[in-house]
Amino acid sequence: MGGIAYSNNPLIWSLLTLGQILLIVVIVLITVAFVILADRKIWAAVQWRKGPNVVGPFGLLQSFADLLKFVLKELVIPSGADKFVFLLAPVISVVFSFAAWAVMPFAPGWVISNLNVGVLYLLAISSLGVYGIIMGGWASNSKYPFLGALRSAAQMVSYEVSIGFILITVILLSGSMNLSTIVEQQNGGFWHWHAFALPTIVVMFPMSVMFFISFLAETNRPPFDLPEAESELVAGYQVEYSSTAYLLLMLAEYTNIVLMCCLISVLFFGGWHAPFPDDFIKTWPPIAAHLWALMWFVIKAMFWFFMVAMVKAIVPRYRYDQLMRLGWKVFLPASLVGVVLVAAWRVFGAQG
Amino acid sequence: MQAVAFYILALVSVAAAFLVITAKNPVHSVLYLITVFFSAAGLFVLLGAEFLAMLLVVVYVGAVAVLFLFVVMMLDVDFAQFREGFARYLPLGGVVGAVLLTEIILVAMTVAHTGAAAKNALPMASAPGVSNTEAIGQVLYTDYFYLFQASGLVLLVAMIGAIVLTLRHRPGVRRQNIAKQVARTPKTGMTIVQIKPGEGVSE
Repeated sequence: MGGIAYSNNPLIWSLLTLGQILLIVVIVLITVAFVILADRKIWAAVQWRKGPNVVGPFGLLQSFADLLKFVLKELVIPSGADKFVFLLAPVISVVFSFAAWAVMPFAPGWVISNLNVGVLYLLAISSLGVYGIIMGGWASNSKYPFLGALRSAAQMVSYEVSIGFILITVILLSGSMNLSTIVEQQNGGFWHWHAFALPTIVVMFPMSVMFFISFLAETNRPPFDLPEAESELVAGYQVEYSSTAYLLLMLAEYTNIVLMCCLISVLFFGGWHAPFPDDFIKTWPPIAAHLWALMWFVIKAMFWFFMVAMVKAIVPRYRYDQLMRLGWKVFLPASLVGVVLVAAWRVFGAQG
Repeated sequence: MQAVAFYILALVSVAAAFLVITAKNPVHSVLYLITVFFSAAGLFVLLGAEFLAMLLVVVYVGAVAVLFLFVVMMLDVDFAQFREGFARYLPLGGVVGAVLLTEIILVAMTVAHTGAAAKNALPMASAPGVSNTEAIGQVLYTDYFYLFQASGLVLLVAMIGAIVLTLRHRPGVRRQNIAKQVARTPKTGMTIVQIKPGEGVSE
């Protein structure tokens, strides 16, 4: 989107930015609709079921049918609930899950806000996502949602620590917190990607795996979906939600998952770069080159979403103490060692 | 444009700070406090200190306030009880408040007349081409290195203190040893016994 020359006129600038934001929101919404379907289809396929296949060809319109169903249902607010906070919680979840997309580089220059603290911004926004859950759980004024909210808060705060350290290794390697710069530096084939670049692969590949597991915990995905574990807490913090409010919570959850899938490909797997040197696109018209880059970005993000869906289908749910042990006793020390090693390599290594 | 953003953020933060004190429900107070933090982060961005703004959000909003909310939510609060001691504690609270207010006014006056603000200097005048993240890092890890390490030690001591206060060893607790569980094989975990008809299994 940066390819458009910005006008100096603040009004035109505002309108252009607003247009870009709307475009991204619409694209992300449609992506999430199909991603939910893909999630259900993959889950079904692992269990030798067909999954949703009635609405539209291959059930492609299932998510839109669900959307209509949720919107047309009655919104029930429990009588003991704190009405304002109860309704604010899903809105906050959705707003923050979409706000994070502002710094996501989709293709060279295709980013709404090229912040030079992009990584920190993402960390900040994802740490705010917990408020939707914790407020929803408390405002429901009910036992199960409250327990779910407490679990979720503890879980997300714990895993944010290890995610933070893993992000620091990437920042140390690239020397920048700007996501576009981080992607630019992974140019020229998969052996330049942060996860596979040769001397640091020893540290960075395990780091990328840890990032994947941590973001599963951060987004409350199975096997770490303890805030909504149906066998223990019915549906956790979502118990009292119905209709559009529930729809918004689900939307925020899946938007966050897609965001994290994009983020892991940006940080570790080269973002929009092809896995082989693609200097030949320099002769292409710019729009074709951008679409080529966008294609690789989408392929990588979708690959990671496929992995997320497979993990949901295959891995049994963790117990809560096991989750905490993994976060604090395994990932935190391991990522700390990773930070030390990468920092040492940056100072004393070949590129120092 | 910047002035409009400043006044909106300033107004929101002052109004929310007021509501922190007046809100009847402590959970609402914490939520207003989060609003204050968030608008303060916005003000930092307007000053050109985006690194500090993000840190404020990550540390205060993302971690400290969550734990605040955590604790406040679990309190079983009797709202009527809150009002009871109001008149009794009013003098003491008033004195503390007055002292704090005087200090703030004194500091603000000093800064306005003699500090950087009097010379109309930028809050963080850094060399061109150096982002303020780098500028802060260069100052923090060179000139103020010992102070920085000392503040880290203070936090470490606080953390160890909290752990020592709550640590208790309970004897006889069976802990899960995941490595041991994973290392189990059929050979160590089971024995195959040939049972003749009409006999039971006996060790």
